[in-house]
Amino acid sequence: MIDQNELKAIIEQVLGEMNVNASAAQTSAPASVQSVSAAQTTVDPGMIPDVTQIDLHTQYLVKNPVDKVGYQELKNHSPARLGIGKAGPRYLTLPMLEFRAAHSAAQDAVFSPVDHDFINQMNLFSVQTKCADKDTYLTRPDLGRQLSDEGVAAVREKCKKNPTVQLYVSDGLSSAAVKANVADVMPAIIQGLQSFGIEVGTPFFVEYGRVGVMDQITELTGATVTCVLIGERPGLITANSMSAYITYKGTVGMPESRRTVVSNIHDAGTPPVEAGAHIAEIIKKMLDAKASGTDLKL
Amino acid sequence: MKLKTQLFGHNYEFKNICEVMAKANEEKSGDKLAGIAAASAEERVAAKVVLSNITMNEIRNTPAVPYEEDSVTRIIQDDINETIFSEFKNMTVAEFREWLLDEHTTGDMIKRASKGLTSECVAAVCKLMSNLDLVYGASKIRVTAHCNTTIGLPGTFSSRLQPNHTTDDPKGIMASLMEGFSLGCGDAVLGLNPVDDTVESVARLLKMFDEFVNKWEIPTQYSVLAHVTTQTEAVARFNAPMSLMFQSIAGSQKGNEAFGLTPEMLTEGEDMLLHRGTGTGPNVMYFETGQGSELSSEAHNGWDQVTMEARCYGFGRHYHPFIVNTVVGFIGPEYLYDSKQVTRAGLEDHFMGKLSGIPMGCDACYTNHMKADQNDIENLATLLVAAGCNYVMGVPQGDDCMLMYQCTGYHEAQSLRETFGLRPTAEFDAWMEKMGFSENGHLTDLAGDASVFLKK
Repeated sequence: MIDQNELKAIIEQVLGEMNVNASAAQTSAPASVQSVSAAQTTVDPGMIPDVTQIDLHTQYLVKNPVDKVGYQELKNHSPARLGIGKAGPRYLTLPMLEFRAAHSAAQDAVFSPVDHDFINQMNLFSVQTKCADKDTYLTRPDLGRQLSDEGVAAVREKCKKNPTVQLYVSDGLSSAAVKANVADVMPAIIQGLQSFGIEVGTPFFVEYGRVGVMDQITELTGATVTCVLIGERPGLITANSMSAYITYKGTVGMPESRRTVVSNIHDAGTPPVEAGAHIAEIIKKMLDAKASGTDLKL
Repeated sequence: MKLKTQLFGHNYEFKNICEVMAKANEEKSGDKLAGIAAASAEERVAAKVVLSNITMNEIRNTPAVPYEEDSVTRIIQDDINETIFSEFKNMTVAEFREWLLDEHTTGDMIKRASKGLTSECVAAVCKLMSNLDLVYGASKIRVTAHCNTTIGLPGTFSSRLQPNHTTDDPKGIMASLMEGFSLGCGDAVLGLNPVDDTVESVARLLKMFDEFVNKWEIPTQYSVLAHVTTQTEAVARFNAPMSLMFQSIAGSQKGNEAFGLTPEMLTEGEDMLLHRGTGTGPNVMYFETGQGSELSSEAHNGWDQVTMEARCYGFGRHYHPFIVNTVVGFIGPEYLYDSKQVTRAGLEDHFMGKLSGIPMGCDACYTNHMKADQNDIENLATLLVAAGCNYVMGVPQGDDCMLMYQCTGYHEAQSLRETFGLRPTAEFDAWMEKMGFSENGHLTDLAGDASVFLKK
């Protein structure tokens, strides 16, 4: 049981860490978090602090540790949920709530649909795979690798034919990753490719997409290089991570080893703008070497 | 052999045992993905009725992959004690189920029967068991094994300490394993899934574990879960200390080929550890399995995921493992859709492992694209302890930062022990008391303070 004093101490610690984070957030936190931090520059005494803002690296909840400084130093080397103390053999309340919050973000990222207003703002038209809904998407990977008949028609009608590079976006396993990264990573790729003088086709959005559908898209558009920006399966550290899968002259049924992957694109991993520039460079090398995946030495 | 029946006056007829076995399964998204699941709830029950009337002999004579084509089938069939098999071969699957559950059938009698059961026989009876049947049946069977300590004894419940790290940072791994040991985790094994699976890195991590375990005189086993050939090379080239040799295994030759594995590699690995390992033995192998892995590598030969999983145990027992665990929710919703299916699969795998005669644990886990959460996994872990499971996993607060999934946390093993009146292995229990982490089976205030290990 937590008594009043312990509760007070926990709240004070949370507040303390909030203040540290509020300044750091200006440079590194994702846009959605920044707006929260900004709104809290004047601390509302009626507001319980946001438990998702606590830095797990510095949080240390063990009571009277033998060597606090020593373990804190060691723990800084791990992103794991360490130094979390205990209530009997069970968890303290705060880390339990932090865990549940992280999992809630992961679940929402997987099971929520992508915001179509956002897709429109990005000037992307939208097509669907043969999955009619999220449930089918999660249980039928084969259907997520094929565009619907309407989708095939739309790609045929709206996309520039035989582009050097076909770029498109897909929700994959995280709609949150699309929203968090695409506005930065996509323009960075296009800009990078333009600076190399490489022509880019008509970008669009694929709902309920598995990675493999990119090969059908390659065949439909006649693109030399195809690059998909797709949401990764969320972990508890972040639900916003995105990957780029890139192929040189992909074909339906080709080995997976021919795909080049840039993963871990998010604010705390490879930041989206940086990732965009990196992807453009990879595509340049791919076109020069006429190869992708394990055939391409980067 | 009768392959048809009526239910509510409707005819149900099945082509062969393969179809009966698939359709008799409880609902699994993986069987649906494979296109072999029952089309309706009634057809599922009709298949169970038909299966209940088939004899063990008929089941044995229909291996999932033909003997001539498959090294796993050959190992399973050749390891059978024919005298014991002949005692059971004329039983129907229904009769065998009732024999297992009978008050007069002891755990020792079941362990003897194991020697005469092929994996298809084990899977067949599992399909007629309810969840509580699986718990009760498994709770009768205690399978022990010995490496440096003895696992699986009545009154004990163990855990694997899994200090995974996103970059294998030695300090980060150390921070994690210290906290795990301080909470009573790690009496089954200290086992890391490496990010860098080069021979040099694996050897380095093994040396680090060996030094830590020796320095603190921790009575346990350790392993770095790289490919068996990498581990063998780490011993051969770098004299890496190793008490358990790990490998993921599948239920068909083709499935093992997808893991880059042949039976000879396991024979060589076991032999090497028996001659050069740091453990006493005789059990020096550690295997992981999981329903759906054969389908994902198109190596299921048209059979269902429960049967293919049972074949992993029939294959694995050939190598006298110290520990085996199914990683039950790791593969994703295409194979196990939600918490109900994961719970069922966890209980099935644990029961089938024990009925195959192997010391069984379970990684009760889920990924974030499944309809499951931490409560579900705590439920499953609790059911598994009731079923007499040897061990579960322990990671910091159930969140594996490297494998990006959630399973049971460092706090779960001890919570379950205290709930059920169980202890870790006797040697580890004494060590925890010596360190001041526990007293009479309960954690002390010092438990959970990893910085104790920074003292010297």
